[in-house]
Amino acid sequence: MPEVAELHRPTTRDEAWRYADSDFIASAEIALLNDWRTITVPAGETVCEVKTHLSDDGASGMIDRLRVHVGAGGRFEAFAILGGGNYQRVEIEVTLEEGAHFEFGGVTVGGETKRQEFVTRTIHAHPNATSNQIVRAVHWGRATGNYLGRIEVARDAQKTDAAQNFRAILLEKGASANAKPELEIFADDVLCAHGAAIGQLDEQAAYYMAARGIPPQLARKLLVQAFIGDAFVALDDQSSREMMVERALDQLAGATL
Amino acid sequence: MLKIENLHTEIDGKAILKGLSLEVRPGEIHAIMGPNGAGKSTLSYALGGRPNYDVTQGSVSFNGADLLELEPHERAAAGLFLGFQYPVEIPGVSNVQFLREALNAQRAARGEEPLSGGEFLKLAKEKAGLLKLDMEMLKRQVNVGFSGGEKKRAEMVQMGILDPKFAVLDETDSGLDIDALRVVGEGINTIMRAPDKGVLLITHYQRLLDVVKPDRVSILANGRIVQTGGPELALRLEEEGYDAVMAAEAAHA
Repeated sequence: MPEVAELHRPTTRDEAWRYADSDFIASAEIALLNDWRTITVPAGETVCEVKTHLSDDGASGMIDRLRVHVGAGGRFEAFAILGGGNYQRVEIEVTLEEGAHFEFGGVTVGGETKRQEFVTRTIHAHPNATSNQIVRAVHWGRATGNYLGRIEVARDAQKTDAAQNFRAILLEKGASANAKPELEIFADDVLCAHGAAIGQLDEQAAYYMAARGIPPQLARKLLVQAFIGDAFVALDDQSSREMMVERALDQLAGATL
Repeated sequence: MLKIENLHTEIDGKAILKGLSLEVRPGEIHAIMGPNGAGKSTLSYALGGRPNYDVTQGSVSFNGADLLELEPHERAAAGLFLGFQYPVEIPGVSNVQFLREALNAQRAARGEEPLSGGEFLKLAKEKAGLLKLDMEMLKRQVNVGFSGGEKKRAEMVQMGILDPKFAVLDETDSGLDIDALRVVGEGINTIMRAPDKGVLLITHYQRLLDVVKPDRVSILANGRIVQTGGPELALRLEEEGYDAVMAAEAAHA
């Protein structure tokens, strides 16, 4: 990727920032907006990053931009929760060499007027690489969860297998979610699956639980737990996985379940 | 133990039950049979408090309590079990977690101590064995990927674990092969045949009643109970059909 020549202040007219908090990007320090962390995963190795950005972090706004290069046969995994801040954005750009894999699981969970978003750009630059992104959003109040997921498949990146799935549950009228899947494919022998759905909690399942004696609030918590669990299924370490589900559920404390 | 009087229900403004009255005494297994569209499933959902099944008139008393005043989860804690005709899938929640949460929520509502993980698993294993359901199935997500027969057996395992005072079983026999029907029927007998328990068994077919022998049989048609009798009534229905039996009754009256 070319280095950023000069510092750019994004606006919501930029496609990748269209759902961002305009006040935040207008007032944030320009250096912060242009700051990228970088990770290089050597060929054949695995790097896993597990991060939580929660309400008790106290930040009013947070941006974490990460640029990753994964060598041939390597694997980069990232799992994240956005649970706080007025505006939180985690952006990950990954370039995959031959046979490499990128796995991402993200959860946005929040109420009030929080605005939380994941932005991924997955670049299949070489053949036989695979990628999978699963994002779940749970919102109430007037909060918004966004997922902008771009997948690029280069001309000679044959046998690419890319998958992306976003689902949102809105617990209250007034909350919202935005999905922006983007596929740019220049190779002809590839698999790219993507899906997005925005809905409410499954009332049939909630009633089934009630019929077995589970009170409504606990039923809803169990259903949310099952819903967000999808995002961390690929997290191998069981204690990390359970910790992530628990942290995300903790954020529900203020929700009208 | 369960007394339904003059029950009227509406779904989306349409009257389904039109003055249904029925009493089930302790120790009694009461079968409800009736043609399609008579209101059998509506009766079970009205008793279970399902949203949108609005009771517009009538009363239901359950062990002296006003059942209709209770929320669905409170009805369960009071000892009512509703066996679903179409058990619901809950992706991402295991049977073990679901049932342990359910049992402990019921116990908490009754002022009892929760079961520990180990105690619960022991109980679940015992009840799964009773219904010949592999314990591995209980570790899987609730009803996800279960066949029709497995879902019905899992429902009965749930009933065994929750140990209700009264069960309303809505076409528990549908989707079962002959062997599974026997296992489920015997499960109902083992779990619910007791002097202080009762069952409302909604079914279309005599074959379940060959295993779970009912004490009373009622015909539900057009939103009301039109006839009640002993087990022989079910046999007559099987032989002659609803129309003939109901016509004979009308002529007799």
